[in-house]
Amino acid sequence: MYVPNPIPWAEDETLGQNLASRGVSRREFLEFCGGLAAMLGLESFYVPQIAHALEVLKRPSVVWIQLQECTGCVESVIRTAEPTIGNLVLDLISLDYSHTLMAAAGHAAEEALQSAMKANKGSYILVVTGSVPLAENGIYTTIGGRTAKEVLEEAASGAAAVLAIGACAHWGSVQAARPNPTGAVGVSKVVTDKPVVNIAGCPPIADVVTATVVHYLTFGRLPATDAEGRPLFAYGARIHDQCPRRANFDAGQYVEVFDDEAARKGWCLYHVGCKGPATFSPCPIFQWNTRTSWPIGAGHPCLGCTEPNFWDTMTPFYDRLPDVGGFGVESRVDLIGAALAAGATAGVATHAIATGVHQVRQRRRERELPVVPPSGGPPSSTPSAGKGEGGQNG
Amino acid sequence: MAKTKVVVDPITRIEGHLRIETQAENGKITDAWATSTQFRGIEIVMQGRDPRDAWAFTQRICGVCTVVHAVASCRAVEDALDITIPPNANLIRNLIHGMQFIQDHVIHFYHLHALDWVDVVSALKADPAGTSAIARKVSPWPNNSETYFREVQDRLKKFVASGQLGIFANGYWGHPAYKLPPEVNLLAVAHYLEALDWQRDVIRLHTIFGGKNPHPNFLVGGMASAINLDDTATINAERLTDIRDMITRAQQFVEQVYWPDLVAIAGFYKDWAAIGGGVKNYLAVGEFPEGDIRDTQRLYLPQGIVLERDLTKVWPYDQRMVKEYITSSWYEYSKGDDAGLHPWEGETKAKYQGPPTPWEYLQGLPKYSWMKAPRYDGRPMEVGPLARMLVGFAAGHQEIRAMVKEVLDRLEVGPAALFSTLGRTAARGMETVLLSRRMNTWYDRLVDRIKSGETQTFNKDKWDRSSWPAKAEGYGFLDAPRGALGHWVQIENGVISRYQCVVPSTWNCSPRDGQGQMGPYEASLVDNHPLVKPDQPLEILRTIHSFDPCMACGVHVLDATGNLITEVRVQ
Repeated sequence: MYVPNPIPWAEDETLGQNLASRGVSRREFLEFCGGLAAMLGLESFYVPQIAHALEVLKRPSVVWIQLQECTGCVESVIRTAEPTIGNLVLDLISLDYSHTLMAAAGHAAEEALQSAMKANKGSYILVVTGSVPLAENGIYTTIGGRTAKEVLEEAASGAAAVLAIGACAHWGSVQAARPNPTGAVGVSKVVTDKPVVNIAGCPPIADVVTATVVHYLTFGRLPATDAEGRPLFAYGARIHDQCPRRANFDAGQYVEVFDDEAARKGWCLYHVGCKGPATFSPCPIFQWNTRTSWPIGAGHPCLGCTEPNFWDTMTPFYDRLPDVGGFGVESRVDLIGAALAAGATAGVATHAIATGVHQVRQRRRERELPVVPPSGGPPSSTPSAGKGEGGQNG
Repeated sequence: MAKTKVVVDPITRIEGHLRIETQAENGKITDAWATSTQFRGIEIVMQGRDPRDAWAFTQRICGVCTVVHAVASCRAVEDALDITIPPNANLIRNLIHGMQFIQDHVIHFYHLHALDWVDVVSALKADPAGTSAIARKVSPWPNNSETYFREVQDRLKKFVASGQLGIFANGYWGHPAYKLPPEVNLLAVAHYLEALDWQRDVIRLHTIFGGKNPHPNFLVGGMASAINLDDTATINAERLTDIRDMITRAQQFVEQVYWPDLVAIAGFYKDWAAIGGGVKNYLAVGEFPEGDIRDTQRLYLPQGIVLERDLTKVWPYDQRMVKEYITSSWYEYSKGDDAGLHPWEGETKAKYQGPPTPWEYLQGLPKYSWMKAPRYDGRPMEVGPLARMLVGFAAGHQEIRAMVKEVLDRLEVGPAALFSTLGRTAARGMETVLLSRRMNTWYDRLVDRIKSGETQTFNKDKWDRSSWPAKAEGYGFLDAPRGALGHWVQIENGVISRYQCVVPSTWNCSPRDGQGQMGPYEASLVDNHPLVKPDQPLEILRTIHSFDPCMACGVHVLDATGNLITEVRVQ
């Protein structure tokens, strides 16, 4: 469940005024903006710009709907939020949602949603968690007696942009895994006429949501994305290239079985199935739950949960790449690593370049190819969102 | 007076979307139907998968109690492959699951259930000095000054004055069923806010052992988080100290805030100790193994069954007696729709047979839910905190008995009061107190073992596929915050051939079976259950929430002609 901050942001109030009423100091606010700039990969001279843009901002209109899902994404958003100021930004995307669903009595509630969508037609942001089951005319998920598809189509029709949070909204996730019994698809398969930004992950890290919203509010546009519609500031780098255990990989120091001596030294998990070499995610940098740890930091291999179709392409989870289904990426990754083990320090850079080149090639190829639909979903030949903004730097 | 049809849909943010329909007459509910409106087919997705991956798939059934399916799945596969996990791994799983219980129950009380009992608007009229006096009397919790409560009240006033009530917008404020004095309402509102920050902190225990929350990582055969006091990338003294502190803060909040609040609030609602009992059978599969999970005599919360509310006897639980029926569910069985199938021969073949959307009513239709109806030896069973406390009480568990006695004495009610909506809510608090204490024991044992050089967290003997038999089947059980959970797995030639889960929501939210027996939600709603204002179904929410379907929901209420007459927000 989501529990919004009890001091609401009024319609005609700027965020700066609201912050003051919550007792947030200028210094705290600037620190927060600085952290976000770093997360977005921006130079520090953007900090005042972010701060100014947020301070004078009036409350944007946002609608949040939940479809076929497990609620983990909502839990992630409330739980990993920075305890004080991060919540403020999350309020931006939740307030209308709660405002909408919780409006007083009678037809007023339904009408509040309808009138919010009408009054802000073409300008509100739609946030979606959960996938859309299309099989059997969508009967596998109904809300208020209507199918998830109908609910989404109506909400999306007047939206300026759509934030799809989590693997389900991104591409369907676990229920879309083979054989996809309910015909579950991601939001971008239903909403094809406007940008959909995918905050990937099962669940995603809340800080990515926060930073994406701040980007939108500061610069008036959604962040640049890759071919999957994922913001490049968060999903532009592989786990493998950011991993603190990378030095062990390059030195040929691998965990061969869980809880062996290598595991107790915190060595590389590639041989026990780590999907870090094939996964674009900010996990190692942003970390989880107020930066307490992250999956590899707790000794478990990466499952690749920010990648589309990972339930099929990354499994069996404990088999080493590329032995898992369908993956040819980095087929020689351990050979390179082993060779570099003998090659001393220069090897690290060489390997990074080698894998980097491979990835650029790989991602360019992805951009030119049709997006692979989740099994059972309708095919689509257009990459989802932010097309063009990602440039050729993927 | 004519019967009034009431539809409550959607009840969202749970594992599955929920719809409740009732009929009411003369202020009482006369009939009820519970409908799960979401189907995802995860059991079908499991077929052909590596059984060591199953925990990750099934974990995604629910992101709210994100631990329970993963652990039940590991146990099922470990049972099938005859794997015994090392004691350290068991202790770590207990700590993770224990914290899941504590965090989940506290959130449920304050953020999902409290507003059924607490009138927020009334708190505006409270005298903060009076609230302070009450707080000091019931608890040593330090945030208890008049100034503190005045600040909370000022925030609330500003909030209401802004005209945007947000989460509090569509409560039934002023409903005659609200009984708390303004000062107690203010106390509860203050703690509602404190609990928000608290939960974010204590759940980090999952991140240390599992890398993230929601959906921390688990491992068939043990846990992946290796222990080495002399390394920075492992469970070391710094990590253990952090965990120690989280356990302390969890226990303090539970004993000094949650429990005193619950008892204080319950004192004003004793009439609810005679409402909403429902099904008379209670099933606990038991939880928190002190040794190997197969030793069902050594579970901290005991396993067993109480029949017909007879607390003098505990019946043994045998998983072979569980069968699932689909008489009222949108599925079909190869043996016919009246068959009852044990999960090891279970089938999940969806076949929607309801009316086209948008729905008007489902009540009265032969099939009306995506939920199957599990029955134990043909009987519907309530599962969850109340079932665990009743089974523990009947089994003579000393700590549970002392806890039950304490609460009955303080509320000045007899044991029959337990079989009710209020009893369910009180039982949840009781077990939270017990578990917040027990966490210390598990932590101390883990540290003692590490001190003595026992650091193993994983049993690698059956990790390799080549060590598995050609055919195997296993059963993994776990008593989750919301009740008894079972995973049944069959493995053939190294991959899953069949996977079935019977989850707490399935037991409690189950529709009618072939005998016409209602499920626990339905039965509780027709057990001496008031509904004074059909357009403000506060009473329905109290009882449904007492089961903790974990919902914060938008609720649509329809009158007999299907017109929308009101919409409410439930927290």
